[in-house]
Amino acid sequence: MNLVYAFAIAAQMGCGVYLLLSRHGMRILIGIVLLSTATNLLIFVAGGLRFTAPPVIEPGLEVLAAETANALPQALILTAIVIGFALVSFAAALMLKTYRSVGSVLTSDHADAEALGSPFDREAPRNA
Amino acid sequence: MPEFMNDTMLLWPLAVPLATAALCAAAWAYPRAQKVASLAGLVLTLAASLLLLEAVMSQGIVTKQFGGWAPPFGISFVADRFGAAMVVIASVLALAAGIFAIADVRRRQVKAGFYPLFQGLMVGVNGAFLTGDIFNLYVWFEVMLIATLGLITLDRTRAQLDGAIKYAVLNLFSTILFLMAIGLLYGVTGTLNMADLARVLPQTEGSVALTVSAMLFLLAFGIKAGFFPLFFWLPASYHTATIIVSAVFAGLLTKVGVYACFRVFTLLFEVNDGGIRPIVAFFAAGTMLFGVFGAAIQWDIRRILSFHIISQIGYIMLGLAIATPLAMAGAVFYIIHHIVVKANLFFVAGAIHRATGTYDLRKAGGLMKASPLLAVLFLVPALSLAGIPPLSGFWAKFMVIDASFRGDMAWIGALALFVGLLTVFSMSKIWIEAFWKTSPRKAVRVRAVPVAMLVPIAALGAITLAIGFNPEPLVAFANVAADTMTDRAQFIAAVFAERQIAGATP
Repeated sequence: MNLVYAFAIAAQMGCGVYLLLSRHGMRILIGIVLLSTATNLLIFVAGGLRFTAPPVIEPGLEVLAAETANALPQALILTAIVIGFALVSFAAALMLKTYRSVGSVLTSDHADAEALGSPFDREAPRNA
Repeated sequence: MPEFMNDTMLLWPLAVPLATAALCAAAWAYPRAQKVASLAGLVLTLAASLLLLEAVMSQGIVTKQFGGWAPPFGISFVADRFGAAMVVIASVLALAAGIFAIADVRRRQVKAGFYPLFQGLMVGVNGAFLTGDIFNLYVWFEVMLIATLGLITLDRTRAQLDGAIKYAVLNLFSTILFLMAIGLLYGVTGTLNMADLARVLPQTEGSVALTVSAMLFLLAFGIKAGFFPLFFWLPASYHTATIIVSAVFAGLLTKVGVYACFRVFTLLFEVNDGGIRPIVAFFAAGTMLFGVFGAAIQWDIRRILSFHIISQIGYIMLGLAIATPLAMAGAVFYIIHHIVVKANLFFVAGAIHRATGTYDLRKAGGLMKASPLLAVLFLVPALSLAGIPPLSGFWAKFMVIDASFRGDMAWIGALALFVGLLTVFSMSKIWIEAFWKTSPRKAVRVRAVPVAMLVPIAALGAITLAIGFNPEPLVAFANVAADTMTDRAQFIAAVFAERQIAGATP
């Protein structure tokens, strides 16, 4: 069972990295989304994936019954999903804003940061 | 009251900036109120962090368990000497930046949320320095990331948006790697508390998952800290931000990555086994060399300084690569010295921009005659960065390079000396171009630099001079801090016996 998950995660991460290497802003964004969800799956599998009872303490008992699921990986993933969502939405907004002001989502057209204070700027006077 | 303070000591360096951020956000429409609240918050944060340092100095490692959960189950906060010193120096820098902001931050930038974001960044930074839980560290990294993204794009110029995309994508990738490392580590050990991990890991049999996890930690922190083959986001984005933001980033952000690296590779993994040491040494050498090479070609002050951040990170990592107690102490000293000096240089760059109207060294000039005070104030951090005695940088470099010659890595010490020489080249370039030569633009009038800019520059310069002329206390402090940092047993004992140490007598 774990092997199936491992291959699924590997495939998803491969797709994520492939998209991340693209020049297209939207593909990069989707690549990040794929990578972060694959990571969530990884935590899930690494945390021990088994078919078990839900981690609920039955009335009358003081502790969890044996063979219940570990709630911690789920808590971790929940946190990671929330944080990942916030960052991806920010990145999407950033990409949209850049598209509106630069007029392109291709990273090959994004040269403004490199041009700012470039040492190859011919406008600037040489040692006067 | 003192008992209450003693019990909650660890929270205030976080709670104060968090409250200030909320206050500033609530006063969104009132820039003046935000400025006052921000300054008050920064002073209080500094006071709280000094109290914490005092407590750590007198009673050893201070810990706090949230929600009253017993140590391995809840989230712990831990402050040892290294962590507390980092919080203090971060708060000093934040206060300097807060004063600089009075003169530098424009109304439009305040409207874009400068103050709440700045305080939010401080929450993330202090949280990362104080947490004792590896997953919690990830959360603080993300808090920092979202605040920095807001700060970079403060003006929403095309260059800033472009820089922010590069910054965002590579840093998101780094936090994803970090999260993967945590997942694998949890799978092997079943715990996330750093003290518990330090206890469990030496007894755990080595496995592929563990090795991969260690490498992922190194890569993730390496991207954050700006190691040699991974630093490309830094010079692509730092120079686009407004100068005060660049200064704070330069001082703090990469150092948080370095700090996390030191924590993980002293407490959880041993640098000495598993072949991590040669990798770190290779990273350190490349970081020093390529950072300083990158700076040599640049003409924009911000870009020169951005590349020098990378170069200096190499020196700090050198300490971890050598991994003797002497080298660790040198690294602690180096981080503290470097935060002050690097941020100060960016502040000076801001002052040069204010005076001449440009960051481009080819267009600047004539500052020596027009503003001799600024020239002196530039010389202090510049010479300190290059490692000229008797300034703080000399002692920092001396400790690290001395350790490398005493250890088994003399070649890297020689390399560090060579890089120091090239640093002098870059600093003298700024000095000759901006200060010595006459201005190439005859008609341009040199503007006066406001007092609010000179005060933080002078204050940070005074710290550099104080460390330089009297290094002994800080050296002694760094030695003890390095010993505590590398002593796992002390860390574990402090976290697991919290109630006796924190003074919360029942």
